[in-house]
Amino acid sequence: MIDRGYYEEFGGAYLPEILISTFEELIEKFQEAKKDPGFWGAYLDIMSTYSCRPTPITFAENLTSHFGGARIYIKREDLNHTGAHKANNVMGQGLLVKRMGKTRVIAETGAGQHGMATATMAARMGFKCTIYMGEVDVQRQRPNVFWMERLGAEVVPVTDGTRILKDAINEAFRDWVTNMDTTHYVLGTACGPHPFPEMVSYFQSIIGKEAREQILATEGKLPDRVYACVGGGSNAMGIFQGFMDDKTELVGVEAGGRGLDTGQHASRLSSEDASVGVAQGYKTYFLQDSDGQMNETHSVAAGLDYVGVSPILAHLKETGRVRFEAATDTEVVDALSLTIKKEGLIPALESAHAFVQAFKEAPAMAKEDIVLINQSGRGDKDIFTVADAFDDPTWQAFIREKAEEYNA
Amino acid sequence: MLETYLKKKLEEKSILLMTHIVLGYPTFEDSFKIIEKMVKAGVDLMELQIPFSEPIADGPVILRANQKSLASGSRVKKCLDFAEKITGEFNIPFLFMTYYNILFKFGVDTFALEMKKRGLKGAIVPDLPPEEGKDYLEAMEQHSLAPIFIFSPTTPDERMTYLAQFGKGFIYCVARKGVTGAQTTFSEHLDAYLDRCRNATNLPLALGFGVKEKADVDFLTGKADIAVIGTQTIRLVEENGVGAVGEFIRGLRG
Repeated sequence: MIDRGYYEEFGGAYLPEILISTFEELIEKFQEAKKDPGFWGAYLDIMSTYSCRPTPITFAENLTSHFGGARIYIKREDLNHTGAHKANNVMGQGLLVKRMGKTRVIAETGAGQHGMATATMAARMGFKCTIYMGEVDVQRQRPNVFWMERLGAEVVPVTDGTRILKDAINEAFRDWVTNMDTTHYVLGTACGPHPFPEMVSYFQSIIGKEAREQILATEGKLPDRVYACVGGGSNAMGIFQGFMDDKTELVGVEAGGRGLDTGQHASRLSSEDASVGVAQGYKTYFLQDSDGQMNETHSVAAGLDYVGVSPILAHLKETGRVRFEAATDTEVVDALSLTIKKEGLIPALESAHAFVQAFKEAPAMAKEDIVLINQSGRGDKDIFTVADAFDDPTWQAFIREKAEEYNA
Repeated sequence: MLETYLKKKLEEKSILLMTHIVLGYPTFEDSFKIIEKMVKAGVDLMELQIPFSEPIADGPVILRANQKSLASGSRVKKCLDFAEKITGEFNIPFLFMTYYNILFKFGVDTFALEMKKRGLKGAIVPDLPPEEGKDYLEAMEQHSLAPIFIFSPTTPDERMTYLAQFGKGFIYCVARKGVTGAQTTFSEHLDAYLDRCRNATNLPLALGFGVKEKADVDFLTGKADIAVIGTQTIRLVEENGVGAVGEFIRGLRG
């Protein structure tokens, strides 16, 4: 029988029978591709000519002097085509779709970044594309919906359940069990049934590979700490893999939402609220009740607003290799504001969670210490949410005027 | 044993009927009335679904029934107590249908023990392939309960044989790709598919999804042993109320 993708007790493939043969094919093609020396080459080629790899690391000189502690570096995944690390995974899976001879791709999206990346890949590679997106997220990430539709994707708002990321994943699975002959499900994060956690981490490992070389070339030594936000966990897995065998401390930052004591958050590994369960095809920590029903989650960042977490990260928490923290919505908006003003960088709300924790810890570190933050995406897409958070009066006036134009 | 019971019934009837309901939908009182009407109308066995918040194998009708049941406060303990009342009251086999997390959080062994104590005969857990179900299979075996496994049109012959080793009672044969409740046209490939199923097991074969009317049951007679009526009764209750259930079931066998 196939390797079932366990990381000690986490992971697995809890699949309805109808999908078993589809997964066997996917596992086989993925293993073949990994062994084919030409595959990673083709992947690097597309990522350097169509996207912007290698993405640089930026020394955040002003933030460093502001905090007066460790030297702060930022890995610039926001400079990928479509504005986030999601492209790394999507283009890789796109190459696999070609190898499998399928003609249609589907995906879930929370923040819209993975949906955008998938719709872009589909346009470029000539696949039909359907994106499932929770109705709540359609509202808070409307600009991404606009672009996905322009790219030729059908965007289906999901009105069942909590109407966010997990519900979009359920709908994508429902599509897949009907259309698996023609369709590949481009799962966007290092979650779900085997081989997705391994496969998504494999494509995202390019972040850590580059970052390790870059920091060594710049500073001549490895970072003391690396920070990444954790929704499903794909950008964190991406950057962490570059430093797994080093002494570097790895820190995953989850969505603290309105505070861990309010219950309105999405912290699976840094709060006491989650427990081990099985849903969406894999075993990990879920925010669930004592019956095993999934709870509602909350985060200002749609991409982190998820009940489960990568089984690989759940395992790395148990082994102690990765430390997990949480950042609240308010802290996130403050860190975002500071980063924009000091460095002229606009991290996505998701990525800003990683900045929060780095900013908390950097001042107490020595001046020769180095911290590296993964800026997993850019914040342009968050314009409505961020404008609301800043309560920006001129923006509100503009929106009112624009609405008047449409009403006229 | 469930298998023995079913084979004995099949000596009397050319095809058996299995129905499915979501517990606590619309209410537990209604669930009781629906079951009562189904049993009186001659249903041979029933699946009682314990609602779950993420039912990925179910289509929109059953998905919403799951959500509404949960929203009105259905708990696993309440479903167990209700099932005990049902098995005490009605003399046909009842099975639980639910997703693995419900068993996992309860404790797989304790869950099986509770099923046994409360008079259930087996379970269908659609997101638990045998490869992930070692604890479940042991617990079901220990308490003489039937783990029902699923064949699908995409299941190769060798895997059908593999699955059949673990299945007890009957095999649930999914008629087509997709989720529960979607449009089914029983295709000409059905005979070939059911032949493959027969070759893999001596257990009775239940066929879902998509049975809606007498013509479907007639069509399946002689092909499958059990016709599964799932989504259609939920739609019926939503549209015509609990009262319509008895007549609908009686009409299926004509």
